[in-house]
Amino acid sequence: MVKDEVAVEVQNLVKHFEIKLGFFKTISTKQMPVVHAVDNVSFNIKKGEIFGLVGESGCGKTTTGRVLVRLIEPTDGKIFFQGVDLLSLTTEHELRKLRRKMQIIFQDPYESLNPRMSIFDIIAEPIRIQKVVKKDVEVHERVAQAMEDLDLIPPEEFMYRFPHELSGGQRQRVAIARAFVLRPEFLVADEPVSMLDASIRSEVLKLLLDLQKRLHTAFLYITHDIAIARHMCDRIAVMYLGKIVEKGLTDDVIQKPLHPYTRALIAAVPVPDPTARRIEIVIKGEVPSAINPPPGCRFHTRCPNATEICRKKEPPLLEIEKNRYVACHLYGSSKDTKS
Amino acid sequence: MQPLLQIENLKMYYETIRGYVRAVDDISFQVAKKESVGLAGESGCGKTSAALTILRLLPSNAKIVDGSIVLAGENLVKMSDREMREKIRWKRISMIFQGAMNALHPTYTIGYQIAEPIIKHEGVSKDEAIERAGKLLELVGMERSRVNRYPHELSGGMKQRAVTAMALACNPDIIIADEPTTALDVIVQAQVLKAMKELKNRLDISMLLISHDLSMIAETCDKIAIMYAGKIVEYGDITRIFKKPLHPYTQKLISAFPSVLGAKTELSSIHGFPPDLLKPPPGCRFHPRCPNATEICRKKEPPLLKTEKNRYVACHLYGR
Repeated sequence: MVKDEVAVEVQNLVKHFEIKLGFFKTISTKQMPVVHAVDNVSFNIKKGEIFGLVGESGCGKTTTGRVLVRLIEPTDGKIFFQGVDLLSLTTEHELRKLRRKMQIIFQDPYESLNPRMSIFDIIAEPIRIQKVVKKDVEVHERVAQAMEDLDLIPPEEFMYRFPHELSGGQRQRVAIARAFVLRPEFLVADEPVSMLDASIRSEVLKLLLDLQKRLHTAFLYITHDIAIARHMCDRIAVMYLGKIVEKGLTDDVIQKPLHPYTRALIAAVPVPDPTARRIEIVIKGEVPSAINPPPGCRFHTRCPNATEICRKKEPPLLEIEKNRYVACHLYGSSKDTKS
Repeated sequence: MQPLLQIENLKMYYETIRGYVRAVDDISFQVAKKESVGLAGESGCGKTSAALTILRLLPSNAKIVDGSIVLAGENLVKMSDREMREKIRWKRISMIFQGAMNALHPTYTIGYQIAEPIIKHEGVSKDEAIERAGKLLELVGMERSRVNRYPHELSGGMKQRAVTAMALACNPDIIIADEPTTALDVIVQAQVLKAMKELKNRLDISMLLISHDLSMIAETCDKIAIMYAGKIVEYGDITRIFKKPLHPYTQKLISAFPSVLGAKTELSSIHGFPPDLLKPPPGCRFHPRCPNATEICRKKEPPLLKTEKNRYVACHLYGR
């Protein structure tokens, strides 16, 4: 069973990217414009749980993932990994010790693998950097094991090849093998299958799920595809313009979406069933700029249910049922009594 | 009724130093008037090659080896390049290329780029053509004033709409759309698909939609042809194919797609990789990955046979 032990805790995470202006604009502008990539996001990931972050491009999901493994420094907020405040670690040495336990899988296997390194060296690199084992034989053993875990069988056939000799699916499996070779306790997967073909996609997802179950890894799964999130995740959070708008158990959120944005997102997903065509109700417009996000609720410009209050006041993320959070005035505290 | 576009036993090979790449190998299908047909398959299965063959937009090492492409009685394979250019492309068949929205010219306005084929093909004045470009933009759900915009001023969804408007410029009978929404976000994708569907119904256009995304085809098309390694393995009415897929590849492919509706099901996966089209496996090309493969599959190639009305499958399981 899933233990309730929290592996990663994120509190009020904020990441603003400053926009570089020319010299004269810089001295004449009082306030530097910033991209509000992530704005006050909180969630936790339990041990052995897959937590999904879902949203359209530009909603801040990738930034969140990268901040979590400190590839990007946050502007504000706290991240606890197994009780340790990640942001309090300042020296490279301390950080490196923790990095052994947390890894990331990137979206594009055509860019994330060094074309000049053999598959063996790519997967062995984390072992060498972390100096987990010293002897070459042991390194070889670990690499072979990691490759077998991902069905790159026999490992000897792939080990001495280079990335360009592999197909997209094989490359991504190499990237996953590299992430799992140190047996991390926390893994960020940023759209790991969005570049792959459908038939290969499901195989990679299966391998990921199997490994995750076996190793009991805490997992942050970032995706724009809510159908895949449904398949993979225990809990999901839906992000819009840097904010979490809805959060809860995957089945609850997908079967009974509360926030109008979540509903729109689910309604827009094509379904592999021609008798259930439903791309009829589509919200209008596109995601506004994150430099000047709309005041009040950030979704109000596209929301079919927007009222006066939505334009003015930002709805907080409230727990309206157990384990069910939504940030929308429709479900505000004023209507609590109506259930 | 005579189909608008009829493709029969079409074979197109690429000539390389290592031999022939059999990208399109003996495919047959039809597109009737007002019908939309989806051409689905994994990358490298030959679906884009098939589309380029129909428009005869092939590189110099590509050869149409055999077969015919008949558009309303005329065989496009036999046509001269000049006839193709003057009579067929844009006017009868137009294409939305994969990634076309990123291929817009950065220093011309959207309006001019849509107007260009109108000027070239119909000999109208520039002003009139731009006027028509504005109308086309309205048709795809954009404001007419956007004709004066440059591509970098538009979002991805807008650019995709502009490219769709461009395909409509010379009132074609058929639009071939190659992965028209792949680079877009879900909500924008739904918006573009919806706009395309409405257009198709309003203008009585036929469509050939090429995609690896079965859910997208399920959402938009009347018929579907599933391609594997240069061949069509199953073809027919979309609802029946999704309800009861016959070919093992189709079955696997359909169940490889997660759905947001209904019960959560186990995703199936297809072990292995699509074959090298330089030397495709003998017999049925799917047999190395097929769970139901038997002796005959390794030896004899299954023909595409009719199982019922509007339903074809190429598999020994359904032989006579």
